Amino acid sequence: MSALQEIVETPPIETTPKKYMALGTYASVVVVVLLCAAPLIAKNFVIFQMTMVLIYAIAVLALNILTGGSGQFSLGQSAFYALGAYTSAILMEVFGVNYALTLPVAGGICFIAGYLFGLPALRLSGIYLALATFALATAMPQLLKLHYFEAWTGGVQGLVITKPDAPFGLPLSQDMWLYYFVLVVSMAIYVASVNLLKSRSGRAMMAIRDNEIAASAMGVDVALYKTLAFGVSAGITGVAGGLGAIAVQFVAPDSYTIQLAIALFLGMVVGGVGWLPGSIVGAAFIVFVPNIAEHFSKGLSGAVFGLILVLIIFVLPHGSRQIAYTVQGWFHKLRK
Amino acid sequence: MELLLNQVLAGIATGAIYACMALAVVMIYQAIDHLNFAQGEMAMFSTFIAWQMLQWGVPYWGAFVLTLALSFAGGIVIERALFKPLGNAPVLTHVAGFIALFAIVNSVAGLTWDFTIKQFPSPFGSSPFLGSQLISTHQAGMIGVTLVLLLLLYFFFQFTRIGLAMRAAAAQPESARLVGINTSWMVALGWGMAAAIGSIAGMLIAPVVFLEPNMMGGVLIYGFAAAVLGGLSSPLGAVIGGFLVGVFENLAGTYIPGVGNELKLPIALALIVTVLVVKPTGLFGRAIVKRV
Repeated sequence: MSALQEIVETPPIETTPKKYMALGTYASVVVVVLLCAAPLIAKNFVIFQMTMVLIYAIAVLALNILTGGSGQFSLGQSAFYALGAYTSAILMEVFGVNYALTLPVAGGICFIAGYLFGLPALRLSGIYLALATFALATAMPQLLKLHYFEAWTGGVQGLVITKPDAPFGLPLSQDMWLYYFVLVVSMAIYVASVNLLKSRSGRAMMAIRDNEIAASAMGVDVALYKTLAFGVSAGITGVAGGLGAIAVQFVAPDSYTIQLAIALFLGMVVGGVGWLPGSIVGAAFIVFVPNIAEHFSKGLSGAVFGLILVLIIFVLPHGSRQIAYTVQGWFHKLRK
Repeated sequence: MELLLNQVLAGIATGAIYACMALAVVMIYQAIDHLNFAQGEMAMFSTFIAWQMLQWGVPYWGAFVLTLALSFAGGIVIERALFKPLGNAPVLTHVAGFIALFAIVNSVAGLTWDFTIKQFPSPFGSSPFLGSQLISTHQAGMIGVTLVLLLLLYFFFQFTRIGLAMRAAAAQPESARLVGINTSWMVALGWGMAAAIGSIAGMLIAPVVFLEPNMMGGVLIYGFAAAVLGGLSSPLGAVIGGFLVGVFENLAGTYIPGVGNELKLPIALALIVTVLVVKPTGLFGRAIVKRV
């Protein structure tokens, strides 16, 4: 059997019922309450870090839609993240647009870019797609540094963005306001994504993931849904990029290297491929673990990342989702 | 005219490096049907080992041969420890494994030898080759070493029992196993050879781009482009692809206005995507028929 075939060939991921793609109602309510209450007890820097967790969670979720949903995968998400970040930054700083309004634009531009990149990518599957997107991620910082765009992008120096204040005179610090803003956006995206995957289009994507040839024989427009998945994923990543630029208050070409793409990929694997709530676990992982690793030694974070990735591949091939299932199993036993 | 000739020759010289990387990529691709994203980092690590030996006073060619042997052993160890257990795991798991390897090797090299740029000596020197101003001896050496390597590989695969067994194991694993070939060790052997070939590429390019943990990032992308251009199933194609990519990169950088040095990586990207779209099997690759 050739490994050229699509990614998903091992039974465990596919045979899980589709409803497990999202959390149950009770679990969702608990998570939302926790997320809403968290900043009330945390310091400003921790709030900032949690904001970054939510932002990366959106980006990981986007990758999850692409990989868990349609079975394609991408090592080039950092490119779309960068595109979204620059779109927001340029609109805010050069054209003076309100920060909240820049997000749909960033998402739209990235959707188009992703869709266009998805067109040639249609003919690529598995490793070829990984290769093309890998090249995209490597090339992106170079493109951003080009002197043609320097008037807008600020070249190598990048752009500095002013942080938005809380509107309507709300008594919230900037960090806290941004946190709640990002929380609302990410919840909206999460709900929309769950619904997308449950919809007719989502089922078509999953049919392609499970068996492309069978799906096309059933009348699914394979080309359309594959490119659509690419576009949607890129668009959501673009929104995450825009939010990231606002939160960090700075964009520069070298913030969006292949390392970022690797981090997002790692977040997806840690969270569990195809399990959307895992995105936030994965995002927390990629925000906090490098900090802890650098505590021990600077430059060690790469090795720690790698070792943990190896451990997960061997011990928890389905990431945090596997833990969630185990815990769920205990609960059911307790009830009986 | 002189500029054109100069650029073509320089392109062939850097193309030789891409050819080596592409050869290493193709070796592993043949063995396990996956692209090794950590190939560049493995080559970088080998080059650091060579540099360390040179620092300890080992003569160049001694260090060269020792590094080849160590890389070969290292490649086998990596295959046995990390990728053999993965076996028939899905592509995603393999990609994750390669990325893990990438991160670990890069980080360990940075920790051990830090991120400052280091000089790496050239065994051929940098004087003009045979008195001609067109090409330096190091560039000529790079081309020469690649051609010798290709020739050796050709003889190895064409006329030795092990080479034949490796080809059989790559082409038809089940049938090869039935006729008594230890396919599992053939894969490990492929990894070892790929690591050794990569280390040659690293040691040849290091005098040009200088030694540091991230030096192979761009080179690997060109290596991929070369492998894709030549066809992932053909070692000869990989080498020709490498030379073509090198020449193309230089000519585009010189003659297309506005490309310059900045756009060279995006060119590799465009090349990969174009080739994959127009002819997915590459120039010398065979089409693989999928059955349902």
